[in-house]
Amino acid sequence: MKYSIFSLARAALSSHKNWGRAWRDPAPKSHYDVVIIGGGGHGLATAYFLAKEYGIRNIAVLEKGWIGSGNAGRNTTIIRSNYMLPGNTSFYELSMKLWERMEQDLNYNTMVSQRGIINLYHSDAQRDAFARRGNAMRINGIDAELLDATEIRKILPFLNYDNARFPIQGGLMQRRGGTARHDAVVWGYARAADEFGVDIIQNCEVTGFQRTNGRITGVETSRGIIGAGKVGMAVAGSSSRVAAMAGLRLPIESHVLQAFVSEAIKPLIPGVVTFGAGHFYVSQSDKGGLVFGGDLDGYNSYAQRGNMPVMEDVCEGGMAIMPMIGRVRLLRQWGGIMDMSMDGTPIIDKTPVDGLYLNAGWCYGGFKATPASGLVFAHLLARDEPHEEGRRFRLDRFRRGAMIDEKGQGAQPNLH
Amino acid sequence: MRIACPFCGARDSGEFTYLGDASPKRPDAPIDGGTAVEDQFYDYVYLRDNVAGLTREYWYHGGGCRSWLIAERSTTTHEFKSVTAAPGAGAAKAKQAGER
Repeated sequence: MKYSIFSLARAALSSHKNWGRAWRDPAPKSHYDVVIIGGGGHGLATAYFLAKEYGIRNIAVLEKGWIGSGNAGRNTTIIRSNYMLPGNTSFYELSMKLWERMEQDLNYNTMVSQRGIINLYHSDAQRDAFARRGNAMRINGIDAELLDATEIRKILPFLNYDNARFPIQGGLMQRRGGTARHDAVVWGYARAADEFGVDIIQNCEVTGFQRTNGRITGVETSRGIIGAGKVGMAVAGSSSRVAAMAGLRLPIESHVLQAFVSEAIKPLIPGVVTFGAGHFYVSQSDKGGLVFGGDLDGYNSYAQRGNMPVMEDVCEGGMAIMPMIGRVRLLRQWGGIMDMSMDGTPIIDKTPVDGLYLNAGWCYGGFKATPASGLVFAHLLARDEPHEEGRRFRLDRFRRGAMIDEKGQGAQPNLH
Repeated sequence: MRIACPFCGARDSGEFTYLGDASPKRPDAPIDGGTAVEDQFYDYVYLRDNVAGLTREYWYHGGGCRSWLIAERSTTTHEFKSVTAAPGAGAAKAKQAGER
């Protein structure tokens, strides 16, 4: 059913009791042309683009829990394309363009809200670095503006501009950045993929791979063996565990990242603000809660929960730029498991195992990449060659020395 | 999370810095040894087992005795099974010297 003002009016006549399912709940078939492991945003977007752009309809998306229960439901919902290095700039801009037309494409309200993202700078050196980043963005046709403190003050009057150690001198603004509703993105892609005949199979955990002469021919799951022409992994957070079932070791470590939301308050923060002298970022959800976060805890973890020192550190960052944040109460806090790659950049590539394809290493930037990741991964699965915008995200780039290290930290995943 | 430093006792994890998996061993080979050695270094620098379960890993007690430590810890529960001094550095070296 197409969602519209008419379907809304029709459903209102029966007190909204007859909406029906947004996607089916099929039993797994014995064989699919493509099996995608992972029913998060990336996996579902991949299935959607495979069906819509590449004409492959016999697809299953396997999810061990319920769709969107992993990192797709744990992020801080920020979308932006303020990257500097070749490979990243145009990929994330492709993603931003897909965000801008997502609601029309999916016929689903994903609440894309381009209220802008401001990265604050606090020193002359940082201003120069941000000017360079902004120039790199503009050369690539991406919007960026360097604002001074007077202009920032008009937009964000409540910040502490005169902090003795970290005075706010200005910020790099991307007006097209903002937020989207993370669950709606998952549901929108699921519904749209389902309409193309994609089977979304929940509570179906992959426990192993079936191989014939080295080639992957299917997956073993908690709901039986499912044959597959090709298998795509989109399980960021658990990539190493799933890859190990196929005998692969990856340039990835799993780390826990915490996020926080306050009680709901009246509209305060327009867009997203990031602190340049520590690691703190904040936005306000449509419900009114302040959504914020900071650094990784820093140690390898699959536990989906973090520890107190980082909570304290994040809250100190918040107090440094926005002292009024101390007046709101913390409502919830949670942790998600990040696929931290060795250069801070994702991997979308074939693996050395025939028939197995990898979408991994999103660090803590996976949400904003959801649509482009789906399109680029779908291209790879359908055509067996990288999409123009994914050709630098190769698995062998570490061996070749062709890393894309946006933060310049080297092979230390917990610092990216 | 508290870490039982063998020199300082149980301390808050905020005093410690994490380096990572202690199992990769630096290849003992000439750096110009050709692609076979490059493969070994690629493995050492970039590839990780990234175990879900018990791992051995390096921690540095920068907020205390400034010793490098090796901890056995579960990545699924954050429970520490053991914490010992990393061999050959800092306080561990002094302790070894004292024992001789």
